[in-house]
Amino acid sequence: MLKKVFSLFLVLSLPVFIFGCAGGGKAIQIKGSDTMVNLGQAWAEEFMKEYPAVPVAVTGGGSGTGIAALLSNSTDIAQCSRQIEPKEIALAKKKGINPKEFHVANDGIVVVVNPANKVNKLSTRQLSDIFNGKIKNWKEVGGKNEDIVVLSRERNSGTHVFFLEHVVKLGDKKSPNEFAPCVLMMPSSQAIVEEINGNTAAIGYFGLGYLTNKQKAVAVNGVLPSVKTVTLGQYPISRSLLFYTNDEPNEKVKSFIDFAMSKKGQEIVLKMDFVPIR
Amino acid sequence: MKNLFEFIVEKAIFLSGAASIIFVVLIFIFLLKEGLALFGEVNFFAFLFGQNWYPISDPPQFGILPLIMGSVFVTFGAIVIAVPLGLAAAIYISEVAPHSIRGFLKSGIELLAAIPSIVLGFIGIIFLAPLLKNIFHLGSGLTALAGSIMLAFMALPTIVSIIEDAIVSVPRSYKEGALALGATHWQAIYRVTIPAAASGILAAVMLGIGRVVGETMAVLMITGNAAIMPTSLLQPVRTLTATVAAEMGEAVSGSSHYYSLFAIGIVLFIISFIINIFADIFLHRSKAMKRRKK
Repeated sequence: MLKKVFSLFLVLSLPVFIFGCAGGGKAIQIKGSDTMVNLGQAWAEEFMKEYPAVPVAVTGGGSGTGIAALLSNSTDIAQCSRQIEPKEIALAKKKGINPKEFHVANDGIVVVVNPANKVNKLSTRQLSDIFNGKIKNWKEVGGKNEDIVVLSRERNSGTHVFFLEHVVKLGDKKSPNEFAPCVLMMPSSQAIVEEINGNTAAIGYFGLGYLTNKQKAVAVNGVLPSVKTVTLGQYPISRSLLFYTNDEPNEKVKSFIDFAMSKKGQEIVLKMDFVPIR
Repeated sequence: MKNLFEFIVEKAIFLSGAASIIFVVLIFIFLLKEGLALFGEVNFFAFLFGQNWYPISDPPQFGILPLIMGSVFVTFGAIVIAVPLGLAAAIYISEVAPHSIRGFLKSGIELLAAIPSIVLGFIGIIFLAPLLKNIFHLGSGLTALAGSIMLAFMALPTIVSIIEDAIVSVPRSYKEGALALGATHWQAIYRVTIPAAASGILAAVMLGIGRVVGETMAVLMITGNAAIMPTSLLQPVRTLTATVAAEMGEAVSGSSHYYSLFAIGIVLFIISFIINIFADIFLHRSKAMKRRKK
């Protein structure tokens, strides 16, 4: 009996082995930025619909992890939400690896208030002070005399981490600035949208994709966020989302990168609340 | 053959009974294993009594006192709202309501237990929070009070059904004696029946607390999640459960942040363990009375 079951199992699993090998060969390995892991996954899903023969595996772990994997030759593409650091390039040269950069998407984070709020622009320093609790009242930044209700994403969000590093800490990793304890931590971008819609004293931030005409985006250092200003690099709270490969990618990997940068790939970028490169 | 069958059934039932205890023990061991790893890096007292929760900063700070206070405030508020309401409802259902209304009310209250907590959270964020903001002129309605009100609804079914049970098990002779001595219906209820049902009521309060402390989704959505030391119910709070739920997704496994979330799990486990023990003690007293009745 047991023998029968076992042989049945073998027979049934045979096609899996055969087609598993013949169909895909080695999967494209993509590793890196946690911010980009969902985007990479979305690309991979659509890509595999068009190229069923090429499996794609996407994992996170952080931009640094992605670069480290590229240097040890254990990934085809490193996803990175920052540029590769000179130290990493030096290390790569030593290992005989030549990182090649592909700019695949942009990430813009809008700072929003209720449309009834008359504050239209803030500097990054003012934003830092608002989110770290030094500025507590709207009148300190040209608004009416009203306590500021500060909204942030939860700590499980890449946006939270980016905002913390680039706005609250003003880009200085060693800065002692933190989100003030009284900052409300919202579980989703949608929750921030709801609170901004109903609260004239609230300020919050989220990906450009969430912005509707019920919220007012604040000009940061005099620049209003838009797909255009983010693309041109004028808007200060934005960053490039990058792929790194070792030298020129092989044909399979190239087809994936081309797909990500194609019109369809860039539509996915927009759908995932990031900013397309064109 | 028959004996064998009985033996197998007996053992199978025993295993099912033992399974839940085994699971609890295994879960606790797992929690301990993952959570205690934190205390190699973080001082136990700094964890329990620290006032700053900055788990992803450099250097990180793992003070959960604001989180404990957050849970305490939300729970306290919920119980203050739910217990009088639940007690009144239970008295009405068991002592006053005519038979036809009684069944209707009971199933209505049980239906309340069937509402998913995320739905209550959604109602809270869309309807309750703006309302509280306008009533109390707050900066934002996402406060401990909003959480308390929503959790009161969640605890209500538990509280009502256990108090009702306790009132029904008060021996009939108590009430009849009171009435015979010339007490009015209301006097008999609050001078005789309620005191006699006191341990059941306490058990209901305890189980209500247990229900509220462990609730996650609704509080995550409507309490604002700011890790401050609260001084009033009109401030935002961050509860123990919401912290674990919000941060587990991104915590790097094996980091002290990850271990700290399991350590919070241990704290929650111990809290509900203590609450359950108290509830059990009170329930036993209430049952002892039920036996006397027979």
